[in-house]
Amino acid sequence: MDVLYQVFVDPFVQMGAMPDLLIQVIWEGFVSGILYALIALGFVLIFKASGIFNFAQGIMVVFGALSLVGLYELGVPAWLAIVLCIAIMFALAVTVERVVLRPLVNQPDIILFMATIGLNSFLIGFGESVFGGEPKTMITEQLGLPTGSTAVDVLGGRVIFQHLDIAAAVIAALMVAGLAIFFNKSKIGRALRAVADDHQAAMSVGITLQQIWVIVWFAAGIVALVTGIMWGARSDVSFALEIVALKALPVLILGGFTSIPGAIIGGLIIGISEKLAEFYWGPLVGGSIESWVPFFIALIFLWFRPQGLFGEKIIERI
Amino acid sequence: MNVMVAERPQPAPTDERISSEVILKVDNITLSFGGVKAIQNVSFDVRRGEVRAIIGPNGAGKTSMLNCINGFYHPQDGTITYRGTPRKQMRPHIAATQGIARTFQNVALFRGMSTLDNIMSGRTLKMKTNLFWQMIRRGPAENEEIEHRKVVEEIIDFLEIQEIRRTPVGRLPYGLQKRVELGRALAMEPTLLLLDEPMAGMNLEEKRDMSRFIIDANEQLGTTICLIEHDMGVVMDLSDRVVVLDHGELIADGTPQEVQADQAVIDAYLGVAHE
Repeated sequence: MDVLYQVFVDPFVQMGAMPDLLIQVIWEGFVSGILYALIALGFVLIFKASGIFNFAQGIMVVFGALSLVGLYELGVPAWLAIVLCIAIMFALAVTVERVVLRPLVNQPDIILFMATIGLNSFLIGFGESVFGGEPKTMITEQLGLPTGSTAVDVLGGRVIFQHLDIAAAVIAALMVAGLAIFFNKSKIGRALRAVADDHQAAMSVGITLQQIWVIVWFAAGIVALVTGIMWGARSDVSFALEIVALKALPVLILGGFTSIPGAIIGGLIIGISEKLAEFYWGPLVGGSIESWVPFFIALIFLWFRPQGLFGEKIIERI
Repeated sequence: MNVMVAERPQPAPTDERISSEVILKVDNITLSFGGVKAIQNVSFDVRRGEVRAIIGPNGAGKTSMLNCINGFYHPQDGTITYRGTPRKQMRPHIAATQGIARTFQNVALFRGMSTLDNIMSGRTLKMKTNLFWQMIRRGPAENEEIEHRKVVEEIIDFLEIQEIRRTPVGRLPYGLQKRVELGRALAMEPTLLLLDEPMAGMNLEEKRDMSRFIIDANEQLGTTICLIEHDMGVVMDLSDRVVVLDHGELIADGTPQEVQADQAVIDAYLGVAHE
């Protein structure tokens, strides 16, 4: 009985007793969720356009952030470093298209997936040899990102909002809105969905696969760069970030591999539930459960909606 | 045999539909995959305005030939002369830009998109506004969208598929999918339309409809058509001239009547052993 009480009753009693703390935990989860959502968004963009699960998305986040800090350390002003990083992401997109995708066109998806694993390893090695392996500090102030915090009195307690977190939420929202409009409504958006559905048919109406691939990989690169900056500002910039990127997997399972809104909502669900689980249920088993709770949620989810919340339901006619 | 579309008179040599201009000419095309020779030394031409059929038993190289013409395959040898420009190889993008549209043997539609969006995708190359306007969807981009939408609606009327406008094509029955695919190709306002077995798997009524659309596209829109078809009745009724391939080689080329009477063609279809 005691165990049942601790698991099913006590956490909710705690939540009710200190609602300000509950709000603080949810806010922390919300902010992590946004960052998970951004990583997942990078996956979704590439998956939608090419059916490729880009294993290297996580390392692109690290690579973008490392390039930015690396350039700044070389004495490049912050604004110019940002511009150069955008150029680097474009160069990366063009290179990936030329060297990896073009020679493998019309190969089975698994081959392309393997190729992105190769790309992942290459980027780790290349990044380490250029920028070194030790963790770096994000140039938060130089980029003009806010650093203070605001305490708000809520329900008889105080909740602290980091300005940086608020900025992250706003920037993420703007970027997602822009991408959603771009990919759903424009001619490029239609071309992109066409390429995702059928390469040959897309080519037959005059869509160039190469151009579409460069556009999506560039968009995914920009998303990765922004994610890297935001994440780097909250912790530091190191290859450990790549592990965090794996959290995008449960997010994708929840949200569906092809849905931009799915990535956002999936990210928020995962972020908030892992922080709640860690804070209220973690102590029962000695903590550190936030690293596996998301995967557990994803597993349960797979039983009921294997296509994700917003994914396209694939019905194969036999 | 002529139960399908008997209305159409057999084209006389002086038919005003067909001009003497050769719009497409393939010369000595040879295509092989490793040791397998898919096409060997095949030459034929297509005149502006005609319906040209490519027939032959399974594995004769018919689809490979279409794939060479629109640039999916690159023949090792020979030239493809389209509208006066000879090329060793075609590229899909160049083919599309210069007015070659096509359909596929196994319907290749964008399954997640509606009928409307599928046909609209055929307008890709006709849309010119830049990214900026497209992103904000105002001004020129909005006007352009409306203008192209009009063309697409005309095609939808033409093919009599008004009621499936908004349906995701993955849910449509096969016959209608084939029709949507034709619509997408027609949306490109092609000069040369390549149809790969447009009537495969259709029932009699669907075949009759499809034949009518092909004839209308040819006669009313003036589209030159090059089609692969297995139904001999359809081929004899629709086409002006027929190319017959067997084992990658050209074995006959002429009017439907000539081809039908050709001993090599009869042998190929009846499966006489090759010596």
